[in-house]
Amino acid sequence: MDLQLLSPLVAENLGSAAFFRPELALTFGAMALFLVDLAWKHHPGRSGRLAAVALLVLAVAAGLLAAQPVEARSLFNGMIATDGFATFFKWLFLAAAAVTVMIAAPGKDFPPARLGEFYALLVATVLGMFLMASAKDLLMAYLAIELVSMTSYVMAGFKKGDRRATEASLKYVIYGGVASGVMLFGMSYLYGLLRTTNFAEMAVRIQDLQATGLPAAATKLTLVVAMVFVTAGIGYKVASVPWHMWCPDVYEGAPTPFTAFLSVGPKAAGFALALRFFFGALAGPSGVAGGLPVAAGGVPWPAIVGLMSVATMTLGNLTALSQTNLKRLLAYSSIAHAGYALMGLSAVSDTGVQAIMIYMAIYLVMNLGAFLVVILVAEATGSESILDYKGLARRHPLAATSFAIFLFSLTGIPPFAGFMGKWYLFYAVLERVPGPGGSWYAALAVVGALNSAVSLYYYARIIRAMFIDAPYEAHPAPIKSSPVYTILLGTAATAVLVFGVWWTPIVDWSTASLHMFKG
Amino acid sequence: MQISLSHFLAVGALLFSFGLVTVATRRNAVGVLMGVELILNGANINFAAFNHYVVGGISGQIFALFVIVLAAAEAAVGLAIVLAVFQTFKTIDVRAADLMRE
Repeated sequence: MDLQLLSPLVAENLGSAAFFRPELALTFGAMALFLVDLAWKHHPGRSGRLAAVALLVLAVAAGLLAAQPVEARSLFNGMIATDGFATFFKWLFLAAAAVTVMIAAPGKDFPPARLGEFYALLVATVLGMFLMASAKDLLMAYLAIELVSMTSYVMAGFKKGDRRATEASLKYVIYGGVASGVMLFGMSYLYGLLRTTNFAEMAVRIQDLQATGLPAAATKLTLVVAMVFVTAGIGYKVASVPWHMWCPDVYEGAPTPFTAFLSVGPKAAGFALALRFFFGALAGPSGVAGGLPVAAGGVPWPAIVGLMSVATMTLGNLTALSQTNLKRLLAYSSIAHAGYALMGLSAVSDTGVQAIMIYMAIYLVMNLGAFLVVILVAEATGSESILDYKGLARRHPLAATSFAIFLFSLTGIPPFAGFMGKWYLFYAVLERVPGPGGSWYAALAVVGALNSAVSLYYYARIIRAMFIDAPYEAHPAPIKSSPVYTILLGTAATAVLVFGVWWTPIVDWSTASLHMFKG
Repeated sequence: MQISLSHFLAVGALLFSFGLVTVATRRNAVGVLMGVELILNGANINFAAFNHYVVGGISGQIFALFVIVLAAAEAAVGLAIVLAVFQTFKTIDVRAADLMRE
């Protein structure tokens, strides 16, 4: 190929780079973190300095993201898109990463000698999640998922010589490797059948396949199998049944600040990619989603997602009932919450998309807050058992009160923010009740409501332990916590309370960000 | 015998199935990682074959190239984790690393 032929491609890439600045900042930021990690190898104030650099990198990325023009466009020859939808999720990822940077610095899980590596990997993960939220091509989706996964495998096993952490990362790398391999295999069939890797072109080809009469049974079957395989890869990322098995073990074994990040960041990224794939490649070229049945290959995908949602929330909640380790309990609770969010996906409507976006934003605050309390207590007592939460109200009133707020919010009780998040999800489902397949949507909403009731039982068990049960010792010592934790806890609890009664900002923000580039 | 697309697809599907079986049955952690590699290579054969027989251009081959690079990265991370498992548990039998239960 001579230069003449290449120059439009070069021009396209150079032009795209102007809309790729936050990602570039993260790329160079991760590399810079590795360098300053070496430069300050023996510096006494290492932890604080590294945290400051990591926060600076995230702040630069945030500044560039804010400065980016809002109009939607396709970049790098259709590999990724910048649009309001992606930007919304990018803000969530930056927020989750910033909180993780702050809670990792004073913690015991990360010795100062290895903190720099952790921050560099974390920033690289954020880059991967940025790409997941904006991918509009199978290749980019696969690369982004793998970037997030591979850095996560390392961070899950970050505690050297710790048996549970090592086991967690081994299980994670095996499950993750198989899930992404299966997804890749599905992608290879999609590529062969539809002769493209671009989401928008895939949607057109699927329409063509349906329009040219009934495609051969083998073609249909291949399409369905391929779609199921791709769903497996995404389902593993959001920890939905039946691809959730890694989740409790990894959450329990990984360093808790990273668990907190994993439960909100990559999960939200998985949902962003799921929405992009579902609406970009399956739902037809131009808002066929308005007319409900998305039936690629003769299979009603919304119904399948609905079944996944029911299975995920039910299994997550029922298994959480018997957990005594708080990290494990929150792992099952996070599986259940993936189930709730899937309700929004099964509604296949703009309302559903918006409900997921709102829910992910609120879930980020309340779940990070809940994990923050677990970290705070584990730092003081060295335990994650529910027994050590007995009498927490007397030992650390702020932690106990804010934990209660987060748990009520996770249950979905008004007037906490979790209630209005769930309200939008249920609204999206109930909106479908008068239409085709309405009774199924009604059943889905009923199961969702029942599950919320079940979840109250195990959340309330923690609250009872904290406020009603007597602590082990007669005169328990008050728990001391780092001021960083106190400030973050207070902020998160306030946010949950404020958004519970005044949710207009989140809703307005998500309404403005609803636009998804599909060209 | 003419080698056609279906022959390549059969090889790809076989590699994929062998990979899944390997992951499910091996006790040696390195063996499990090799199973993951088989799965990826099964997909790679599909990409290259579809590219040649159906799609044309080079998109499928590019995809396969990216997958090869990622497979190498994943093997590096995977082997590092297996090394950590060996240092911690003094074995790379995946059954040994099973402390966390319901």
